[in-house]
Amino acid sequence: MMLPLVVPAMLADQAVYHQYYNPLEPVAALPWLLFTILKMIIVFTVIMVGVAMLTLAERKISAWIQDRIGPNRTGYGGLLQPAADGLKNIMKEETYPDAAYMPLFILAPMMSFIPALITFAVIPFAAPLSTRWGLVEMSVADAPIGFLYILAISSLGVYGVVLAGWSSNNKYSLLGGVRSSAQMVSYEVAMGMAAVSVLLLSGNVSLPAIVHQQQVMGWNVFPLLIGFFIFCVASFAETNRLPFDLPEAESELIAGYHTEYSAMKFSMFFIAEYSNMVTASALMVTLFFGGWDIPGTQWDNVAPHTGLKFLLTLAFFFAKLLFFLFLYMWIRWTLPRFRYDQLMSLGWKIMLPLALAYIVITGGAVLVLDMLQVPRTVQWFGISPFWAALGVLNLVLAALVFVILDRGRIISPAYSRLSPVQVARLRARSAGRSLAASQGD
Amino acid sequence: MNTLVYTFHFYLFGLIAIASALAFVTRKSPVAAALWLVNTMFCLSALFVMLDAQFIGAVQVLVYAGAIMVVFLFVVMLLNLGQASDVTDIRGLGGRLTAGLVGLAMLAELFALSRLHFPRLVGAMSDHANIVNPVSAPLFQEYLLPFEVTSVVLLVAVVGAVVLAKRGDNVS
Repeated sequence: MMLPLVVPAMLADQAVYHQYYNPLEPVAALPWLLFTILKMIIVFTVIMVGVAMLTLAERKISAWIQDRIGPNRTGYGGLLQPAADGLKNIMKEETYPDAAYMPLFILAPMMSFIPALITFAVIPFAAPLSTRWGLVEMSVADAPIGFLYILAISSLGVYGVVLAGWSSNNKYSLLGGVRSSAQMVSYEVAMGMAAVSVLLLSGNVSLPAIVHQQQVMGWNVFPLLIGFFIFCVASFAETNRLPFDLPEAESELIAGYHTEYSAMKFSMFFIAEYSNMVTASALMVTLFFGGWDIPGTQWDNVAPHTGLKFLLTLAFFFAKLLFFLFLYMWIRWTLPRFRYDQLMSLGWKIMLPLALAYIVITGGAVLVLDMLQVPRTVQWFGISPFWAALGVLNLVLAALVFVILDRGRIISPAYSRLSPVQVARLRARSAGRSLAASQGD
Repeated sequence: MNTLVYTFHFYLFGLIAIASALAFVTRKSPVAAALWLVNTMFCLSALFVMLDAQFIGAVQVLVYAGAIMVVFLFVVMLLNLGQASDVTDIRGLGGRLTAGLVGLAMLAELFALSRLHFPRLVGAMSDHANIVNPVSAPLFQEYLLPFEVTSVVLLVAVVGAVVLAKRGDNVS
């Protein structure tokens, strides 16, 4: 049977999304400009203050997990600790290594800092707000390329790290920089491929459209479970957080790419890392957890867009965001660091093939479900059949994937379970190798 | 006012792009040159966005600035070619003059072409709801075969690179 290239059912269902998602009529020129400037200032301020508070949260949560008290002397319960740290970093003397390549040494922290801060621009953080001048979309820039913009800008973040490592003229810095560029380039591929499954389901790259698709159909985390798993792991690697913090592995590289940096320049790398975490969390929320959607109700998705809806959806977005930020810190104290070769083989030999196979499976499943005319909209018990069918498929796949991953062979930690046969084989191989070495190869 | 803003940004990004391109060909240090090229790509992407080709703009940054140049920089650093003193200009005066003349000829061609009236290839973007569709629909339906052939060419390049890299192992 010859498959039609355009599936009619799919187009019909995209019309279903359009019923909710019409790109908003922009408010008139001057108010639009003012609103945009206002949103820029507010989002920038919130991220900067949020990043400062995140450093405190990180220390408090680390302390809690390790059964310590954590910073508690500055301000009430240590609340002013970030302010004290910031002041210290501004007042501190900056050191410049003699042999550093100065222009890039100074430029590198900025090249790390700026992309980290501007990636948040396209993320819709609340329901649109109806004002006297028209509907105001609640993202700084309502760009129709949304997701591609984030991929593009976040791929620039690696320059800061690499150039910092290279321009410091220090071998530890250089190793950190080289490691990070290899790591970020590898996992970026897996991350983009995992996100393709979301794009297959929503049929659009615009982030508001992806949020609306999830409002119509249900959150993507269930029907795209494996996609979320790959995306989540890859975004840990992209943000250089444990268990993938190889670029700054203290025990091997002192502090990696920012070894030679001090005072505010060091701080800029730190701010970049935390705002990357914020953006990655926001992206996971938007792509897989419904963005600002309030679960279990359609009340928040339809007009009139009142201030109450705006505040409630904003609160839900922040709650989801904070959960993922907590997850970052939780995992930091749960999983030990990967070895470098394990990191690379995980990225290229597992994550990428898995993501590629997943695209084919998801694409095929979406096509088949559409041809069977399984409705995408909510039908019974508030559940969409399309969502449920894809979800069940993913549960089966996830069980398979995790069983295979957990056999302890592909990424074997030190304590991996080996069968006696494998142990014998390993011993034979290492015996052969030492024999070869003693004979001078 | 709108056209004024547009013209201002057009000349701003255009001038930065040209200046960066000039810096790219004149810098001795490969790392600095690579960064100037990244800057050029970025300005070109801004110009694409101004032409309402937002997808092309994003892909320009994603592929060229984000992927290719990062790998390029990586190689430059691994081979330790970063210092300007390590590399000398291998081309003589004749090569430079030829390159300059070719550049001038191309500039002249552009000026000559700009005197003509272009047929408008595509109308204004009608559907802002889906920005990828106008690119992807022809690519994967009408021009599917050329697209696949191109990807096979890329695959050949990858296989060739692996073969060249592995050849050393067999010899030793």
